[in-house]
Amino acid sequence: MQNFQLNRRYVISQILKDRKNSLIINGLGGTCWDVASLGDNELNFYVWGGMGNSCMIALGLALSQPKRKVIVVTGDGEMLMGIGSLATIAVKQPKNLSIVVFDNELYGETGKQKTHTGHGADLSAIAIGAGIKNSSIIKTHEQLSLLSSNINIIKELTFSQIKINNEEGPLVLPIREGAYIKSRFRKALLGKNALLE
Amino acid sequence: MVNKFEKNLLNWPLDIYDILREDKIRQIAYVPDAGHKSLIEYCQNDKNMNMVSLTSEEEGVGLLAGAWLGGEKGVLLMQSSGVGNCINALASITRACDFPLLMLITMRGEWNEFNPWQVPMGKATEKILSTLDINVSRCEKSEEVSETVNAMMGLAYKSNCASAVLLSQRLIGSKNFKE
Repeated sequence: MQNFQLNRRYVISQILKDRKNSLIINGLGGTCWDVASLGDNELNFYVWGGMGNSCMIALGLALSQPKRKVIVVTGDGEMLMGIGSLATIAVKQPKNLSIVVFDNELYGETGKQKTHTGHGADLSAIAIGAGIKNSSIIKTHEQLSLLSSNINIIKELTFSQIKINNEEGPLVLPIREGAYIKSRFRKALLGKNALLE
Repeated sequence: MVNKFEKNLLNWPLDIYDILREDKIRQIAYVPDAGHKSLIEYCQNDKNMNMVSLTSEEEGVGLLAGAWLGGEKGVLLMQSSGVGNCINALASITRACDFPLLMLITMRGEWNEFNPWQVPMGKATEKILSTLDINVSRCEKSEEVSETVNAMMGLAYKSNCASAVLLSQRLIGSKNFKE
C-alpha cells in the first residue's frame, strides 16, 4: 500500500491559497469535496458527473477566457477515464490552464479499489508524451511549495501529478444542482447580462 | 471567409458555415468525418473559429460546456457512431446542467451503406438522442439544411437546449470504397 507524505486537504489549501480570480473546475468525488472544503466560491464549477470530462470542461473554459487562469483539480481515476483529453489539450497549448491530479492510486468513492497508477501507470509521463512539456510529479512538501507559489500566475500549460496519502478530511459537499452551479458561475464571471442572453 | 460569388446554391456545407459565422460560433469541436470535410475546411480558414480536434467525441461535450461557462458558443461535428461515445457526457453534463449544445451529425449506416458494421449504430443514433430528451431534426435534401441548422441553433442557444441535426447519408452521399 502506498505511503505518501502529502495530505490532500493540505495540498488543496496550498494550491488555492493565492487563487484570487482563478476559475476552478474539479473532478468527481474526492477532489470535489476538497475544493468545497476551502469554502464556497461562485467561480468554482463543481462537477458532479460525466466522469472523464473535467479536463475538457476546463479546456473549453480556458479557450473562451484566455486572460483568466483556469485550474482543474481532479483525481487519478477521473484523469485515467479521460486520458485522451491530455492529447487534445496539448494540441491547443492553452497558456492559462493548469491541470492538477490528486493521485492516491485509488478509486476513493467506490471502495478504494486500486487504479492503474497503483499498478505503475505514470500519468506525468503520459502527459509529457501527449505533448504537455511542463509536466511533473510531486511527492514532497518542497515540490508542493514550488507549485503553489506559481500555479495561479504561471502563463504556461502545466500538468502536476501529486502523490497523496489516504488520509481524508471531513466530508464537505458543495451545492449540487447543475443548472444553478452553471448559471451562478456565468453570472459571477460574465456579469448578470449573461443570464439575459 | 468564402466569396459569396463562389457559392453554389446547393453547397450545404457552406450554408452551415455561414450560419456558424453569423451566430458567432467560436469553438468548433470535431472528430473528422468525410461528410464534414468541406465544413471543417471552411471553419479552419476562419480566424474567429477555434478548431478543437478531439480524440473521442465525448470530449466535445465537456469542451462546449466549458466554452459556455466562459461565454462562448460552439458546435460539435461528428458522425453518427460518435453519438454512442457521447451518451454519458450528454446525460450527466449537458442534460444534468441544462447546457445549450448544438451537434451536427453526419449519418452512416443507412442509405446505400457498404459497411455492415456501421448499420446498428446508424439505426440507434436518433433513438439514443431522443431517449436523452435531445431535440433532433433530420435533413434529407440540400435545400433543407440551412433552415434546419438555423432552427436548431436557435433552439440550442435561445432556449438553452441540446439539439442535434442529422445530415442523412442520402444527403452527403454514401462512402465509396473503390476510390
